[in-house]
Amino acid sequence: MAGLTKNTGKLSRFLLRRDRIRIPVWILSLAIITYTIALSFTDLYGSKADRQAIAETMLNPAMTAMVGQGYGLDNYTYGAMMAHQMLLFTAITVAIMSILLVTRHTRSDEEDGRIELIRSLPTGRLSNLFAALNVVFMTNFFMALLIGFGLAALDIESMDLEGSLLYGAALGAIGFFFTAITAVFAQLSENSRGVIGLSFFVLGIAYILRAIGDVSNETLSWISPLGWILGAEVYVNNYWWPILLTIGVSFILCILALYLNGIRDLGSGFLPAKPGKKHASVLLKSPLGLSFRLQRTGIIAWAIGMFVLGASYGSVLGDLDTFFEDIDMMKQMLAPVDGYSLTEQFITMLMSIMAMISTIPALMAQLKLMGEERKNRTEHLLSRAVSRTRLLSSSLIISILVSFVMLSLAALGLWSAGSVSINDGMDITVVYQAAIVYLPAMWVMIGLTAFLIGFLPQVSSWVWGYLIYSFIVVYLGNLIQFPEWMSSLSPFGHIPQIPIEDMNITAVTILTISAIGLMVLGFIGYRQRDIGG
Amino acid sequence: MPVLQTTNLTKKFGKFTALDGVNIEVNEGEVYGFIGPNGAGKSTTIRILLGILKATKGNVTIFGKDAWSDAVSIHERIAYVPGDVNLWPNLTGGEVIDLFVKLRGGNNQSRREALIKRFELDPTKKCRTYSKGNRQKVALVAAFSSDADLYILDEPTSGLDPLMEKVFQDCVLEAKQAGKSILLSSHILSEVEKLCDRVGIIRQGKIIESGSLSEMRHLTRTNLLVETKQDIVALSEVEGVHAIEREGNEISFQVDTEKLDDVIRYISKFGLVKLESAPPTLEDLFMRHYEGNITAGAGREV
Repeated sequence: MAGLTKNTGKLSRFLLRRDRIRIPVWILSLAIITYTIALSFTDLYGSKADRQAIAETMLNPAMTAMVGQGYGLDNYTYGAMMAHQMLLFTAITVAIMSILLVTRHTRSDEEDGRIELIRSLPTGRLSNLFAALNVVFMTNFFMALLIGFGLAALDIESMDLEGSLLYGAALGAIGFFFTAITAVFAQLSENSRGVIGLSFFVLGIAYILRAIGDVSNETLSWISPLGWILGAEVYVNNYWWPILLTIGVSFILCILALYLNGIRDLGSGFLPAKPGKKHASVLLKSPLGLSFRLQRTGIIAWAIGMFVLGASYGSVLGDLDTFFEDIDMMKQMLAPVDGYSLTEQFITMLMSIMAMISTIPALMAQLKLMGEERKNRTEHLLSRAVSRTRLLSSSLIISILVSFVMLSLAALGLWSAGSVSINDGMDITVVYQAAIVYLPAMWVMIGLTAFLIGFLPQVSSWVWGYLIYSFIVVYLGNLIQFPEWMSSLSPFGHIPQIPIEDMNITAVTILTISAIGLMVLGFIGYRQRDIGG
Repeated sequence: MPVLQTTNLTKKFGKFTALDGVNIEVNEGEVYGFIGPNGAGKSTTIRILLGILKATKGNVTIFGKDAWSDAVSIHERIAYVPGDVNLWPNLTGGEVIDLFVKLRGGNNQSRREALIKRFELDPTKKCRTYSKGNRQKVALVAAFSSDADLYILDEPTSGLDPLMEKVFQDCVLEAKQAGKSILLSSHILSEVEKLCDRVGIIRQGKIIESGSLSEMRHLTRTNLLVETKQDIVALSEVEGVHAIEREGNEISFQVDTEKLDDVIRYISKFGLVKLESAPPTLEDLFMRHYEGNITAGAGREV
């Protein structure tokens, strides 16, 4: 069996050449974000008292479930803070990077027939997988070194060389693990979506196991690779063995992947591709059904995400007062208003953020119509007995429903976690009203998108710029003190901040009417123009 | 009344004139071949017929209705197959066929099953796994399982293997026998010759030739290969003879079809030993139009 790995070196260089932008961008962004956060900690929490105050707010199960168990909370140094608040999320990002890179160079290439070309050349049967593993391992290795030495070089008190190297190594080890597990799935599943799906599933399970374990039963956390690296207690006790464990398991998985690769046929997988449906369900057989079906997975993911986002904001509400007293920046953002608690004020700010984030999936649903047009698929519908009005309204209906569902879920998430973390609970009607009042502003954004699709299809994606503008002026407006007219250029700037402000029927009505007007114009334009493709 | 008629159809994209006064007429029960080189305006024309693009000038009527303003009611009676079929990667072929049939209105399950069998399509596979030929089959099954009166087919056989091309041709002929009308845009001339009653040739946005195949054949030449006992004297001076080439005792040349009688009379005087003739093909016609020399004397070898 000599020559199984022939030309692996050349292939590795070739993969590096293909990713000469992608890999450096990943590594550098991870490193720069890590450095920035570490430095911002020293700015935000100048004194030991500040840090202990923050440690107090971290002492609740919701926080533990989210960011992991806190080590060294009684002496919350910058290092302990970094490992507690940042390591898990950075590790998840590293896992995602590894999953995407491995899939790209294994099953995606195989699916598109490129590995067939490689294999027809004098290369070994395992060379491509071997090269892909090499490249992604190297990526993780350099990332670990860059972050490790970089953090040490920042020379922040309590972040010494050993701890920093362990921090990097923990990230590298989790990268190794997900590189290896993705390589195994690339042998099991026949298509790249399956590989990515299975790998993300493992990542999700790892996160959830660790969350449950950290809150209730520590043994459970030790089943999850994310639990392993957090168990290194970076900057606190600096245990190296969990890292070695993670790396060891990764190598076993690699050998399994290579073995499976060696015994299977090119293009096949071990998990049988289950045949799909022979017939379309009743639900699918309309433009509306099709449009929903195409976006189903995305909508469900966003729905879960919005609920979790709401819940994670809600979980910090209980300790808000302690939190605010210590942070100047936050005081500046929320000038106290008589008769209302900080929590209530904070909710109004959260609502505007959550409304703007909920607008993203709604606009995506609407812009899907343009994407379909560019891929030449709308002509399948328009060449049948489907009018343009029906097509655009299907897309609008989904978009409006999405805006409503996402905002509601975010509010419900906020309420459900908030009522647990606040001692005297929260009134759901207040929370829900504060959220739902943002719908007219979201509809203006949807209407604007419809208008652009009707009249300026080439630039329809510029609506994102407007959303970003809204985010900047409304969210940061309080902090940077923009002039009033700047926020009034955004529909979100006109929404009354319930419960602090009174309901402003006029503003809300005008927004709703503008939204409807823009939508009507969108229909007029869409019915008249050429369909591209 | 024709099923489909365009008069003076013009389409401009900015300053570029994609179509310049295109006139097409498809009658009931007729297969109309629409041929032309890449970028000549075939697909643009078809997309205007479907109301996807709006004509700059001219009229398009299908079933007596306006192709732009009455698009939806027209489409209830139309089946369309694009040349480049893009499908949704996460739906199966069967789901897409059902969706397409349903969107047109009507539902013929037994025909759907029969066509899936004839085209040897596996409807349970996701579209992402289909080859180009299989995606084409999905569109063809959806089109032929619907009970349309007019079929608009834009290079429908690109990507199909010869066996499947045959199945496709059978489907077209069956539709024709059932009195349906078909507009077939194609590059495969043998297919057009086999299926079409009338042909329109488009080039740079203009119809440069149209009519029935027999009407068009007067424009082309018959290829002759002869051997005679005596040398044919002054063959090159006979009217309607082109592209003379000698190979040993044999002479090959082309004859304008309408001069065939005169030419045969003339050469028979020299004692024919051998006479082979090849009929004018659409390909000859097509090639001559593509090269833009309809009347030039320099003929070509087949």
